[in-house]
Amino acid sequence: MKNFALAGNPNCGKTTLFNSLTGSTAHVGNWPGVTVDKKEGRYKKLDEEINIVDLPGIYSLSPYTPEEVISRNFIIEEKPDCVINVVDATNLERNLYLSTQILEIDVPVVIALNMSDLMDKEGKSIDTIKLEKELGVPVVKISALKGEGLKSLMEVAYKAAFTPRKGHSVIEDKSLLHLIEDVRIAFEGMGVASPLFHAIKLVGKDDIEVENHGNLVSMVDQYKANMEAKEDVDFESMIADARYKFISEKCSSALSKHEVAEEKLSKSDKIDKVLTHKIWAIPLFVVIMFFIFHFTFSEDLFYIGHIGAAIAGVPFDEFELIGHAGWVRFLSADYWTPLEELGGMNGIPSIGVFLQSWFGLATGSIITGFESFMPEGQWYTSLVIDGLLTGLDAVLSFIPQIMILFFFIAILEDSGYMARVAFILDRAFRKFGLSGKAFIPMLSGFGCSVPAIMATRTLEDEKEKNRTIRLITCFSCGAKAPIWALLATVGTLAGFAGDLFVFSIYLGGIAMAVIYALFMKIFSKDQYVSPFIMELPSYHMPQPRNVGALLWEKFKHYLFKAATIIAAATMVIWFLSYFGWGEDGKFQFLVFFDEEAGEYVSRIDLSILSYLGRGLRYFYYPLGCLPGGWTYGEDGWKYTVSTITGLIAKEQVVDTMAVLGLEEGTLSLSAAGVYSFAIYNLFTIPCFAAIGAAYGEQNRKQFWLTMLFWFAISYGTALVFYWLISLYEVAWWGGLLVTLALIGGIVFAGIYVTKLNKRKALSN
Amino acid sequence: MTLQELKVGEKAKITSVGGEKRFRSRLLDMGVTPGVELYLRKKAPLGDPIEVTIRGYELSLRKAEAALIEVEVVK
Repeated sequence: MKNFALAGNPNCGKTTLFNSLTGSTAHVGNWPGVTVDKKEGRYKKLDEEINIVDLPGIYSLSPYTPEEVISRNFIIEEKPDCVINVVDATNLERNLYLSTQILEIDVPVVIALNMSDLMDKEGKSIDTIKLEKELGVPVVKISALKGEGLKSLMEVAYKAAFTPRKGHSVIEDKSLLHLIEDVRIAFEGMGVASPLFHAIKLVGKDDIEVENHGNLVSMVDQYKANMEAKEDVDFESMIADARYKFISEKCSSALSKHEVAEEKLSKSDKIDKVLTHKIWAIPLFVVIMFFIFHFTFSEDLFYIGHIGAAIAGVPFDEFELIGHAGWVRFLSADYWTPLEELGGMNGIPSIGVFLQSWFGLATGSIITGFESFMPEGQWYTSLVIDGLLTGLDAVLSFIPQIMILFFFIAILEDSGYMARVAFILDRAFRKFGLSGKAFIPMLSGFGCSVPAIMATRTLEDEKEKNRTIRLITCFSCGAKAPIWALLATVGTLAGFAGDLFVFSIYLGGIAMAVIYALFMKIFSKDQYVSPFIMELPSYHMPQPRNVGALLWEKFKHYLFKAATIIAAATMVIWFLSYFGWGEDGKFQFLVFFDEEAGEYVSRIDLSILSYLGRGLRYFYYPLGCLPGGWTYGEDGWKYTVSTITGLIAKEQVVDTMAVLGLEEGTLSLSAAGVYSFAIYNLFTIPCFAAIGAAYGEQNRKQFWLTMLFWFAISYGTALVFYWLISLYEVAWWGGLLVTLALIGGIVFAGIYVTKLNKRKALSN
Repeated sequence: MTLQELKVGEKAKITSVGGEKRFRSRLLDMGVTPGVELYLRKKAPLGDPIEVTIRGYELSLRKAEAALIEVEVVK
């Protein structure tokens, strides 16, 4: 089977072409060692089936981004049978720059001139025959969007794949050519494939080339020394210039002039004028974000329920939201019945919450179904119901919101707005070592950490992406809300009303995210800030096919993760909480029939997990998990166990506490204990589903660093706040004094390290 | 003068591109080469980064980065 590679600039329509060519055969993996998507698929309309690899979108074959290195290595080392270079006809000049580099490699190349239909519409035309003559390879006009010209493109490429091609360069500068030829011969002598490509890259002092073929560098330096007498020469700049010179002189003549079009504003420009407006850009962004999160996570769409209740005079704390049933009622005749008679409220949930609720109903009825025929009190029943199905439920319940959020993100990406988001917010986020695009994952974190972490894939810079993933837990996800609700009922929150406590947790999370971000930026070993040299692509209608392909890929990716590590981890926790040494001292399954109550009870207090909790409790002593701290008495281990089961899903924290007898009214915590427990649970390692997402987005080392980071910030922050608040409870002035000293110390350390970094940067 | 000092709506011709190697190579690859003309289209709402039209497409870069690009205004 033949291998074809698709190469081209970002936004050149490559993804659309790939989706059109491969259809449902496409599958996405990772390139080894990096979290860059590797897309592959089959084209079946020729005599022979063709394997198509979609290389990441790049501007050059230089070694500055992982994408560029991947594409370069793939073309040179994997030797595809043909490279289809997709070129955006509406932006010929910059797109052909990459082509001039691909042409230097010894590989058959076909140029796919995409969006040529748009050119025709604008009254411009491209002389493909002239272009073919200048470039020396076949040029085929296509429209990836309309699916025009794809068959002939593949036929031409298939034919080209049978004739080996020698790389050739478009550089015409005499002195450069002389040197390049010398180096090329040297490479050829060494038996290196694609000697011309390597020679030109070496002359341009490309990092990879200099590292691999250091012995030839002296050749370039000597040549340069001989030239230096004449003028200040810089080969890299000369090469880039030579490529662009060739394009503007030779290829632009293939393009009938387009100056007229530049004068009048295109549709894209008009949209851009509004969306990046000096005053309106940020408010508009806020509105767009609000709607995305409202549609994904809101329990009360457009606040209909709240507004209705307000009109009817029902106090807000008396009604409850009725989930997906709100839609059922909305569609029934009952909807317009006065609220007082219904005794509830008429809120309708957002599509995300509706689907989630529906999914819950579906998995719930599956669980009930199993319960109805499986014998009660048996270990295998518990394995299926409390282990497998509960785990499945925890995992599946995320899917609707992941899908909805990604639907919106895909639209933002595909339409070209995402690049503007980075443009608008860069200044605000850069101070914290983050990209403007980090805003979207972080905000999603309030809904669910899983899609939030998956959404960090839109961040190009690996460092910024790692930082953003680490900060996600600071944004209290929906599943953590029951923990805050329970803690808010504790009577000892001296002077703090329950709602104020919950508010302080959300706000405190954001405040700490800012502090942690600064901390990561200041203490980072590598102070290099990646430049913000970014193309702002023209706006266009999002393609349903591209959005669909992306959603399908996310779905598969998540389900695969869920089926493997998440399920396995859930089973381990199940085993630990249902097995242990019973009252007779024998190791056994811990569900017993209680004669008095007439039902089966689970004795988690005897389980392996409870012993783990009893042991680990000492570790949490400094956080106040000791008699008189988090709790009075010997209950400390229960809190410890709850935080462990919270790994399955954060809802489990409250569930486990309830099973262990820690409910509203039975919690006896000091204010310091409440905050310590809350802070620990907020920042700590999230659920298995989110861990799985982080595992998929980061390389091994960074993933473990992330786990460590989550643990360190939760433990450290809880520790500091526990002792501070305890101190306030004893003597407020003492607390204030230590608080000021602490803030002073942190600020001083921050300034000191920043100065040190600056000095280091200067000495480099 | 540098690109950072250029005003919105002005056209300029690049005379030299500076900065460290990694950054400079990126700019050259994106078509920011000496001799090419560009047009300062707008600044972001917070004043930074800037957006320029160059070689028929829109490119954004930070002011600190623009300060490394020498230009001369074209009338």
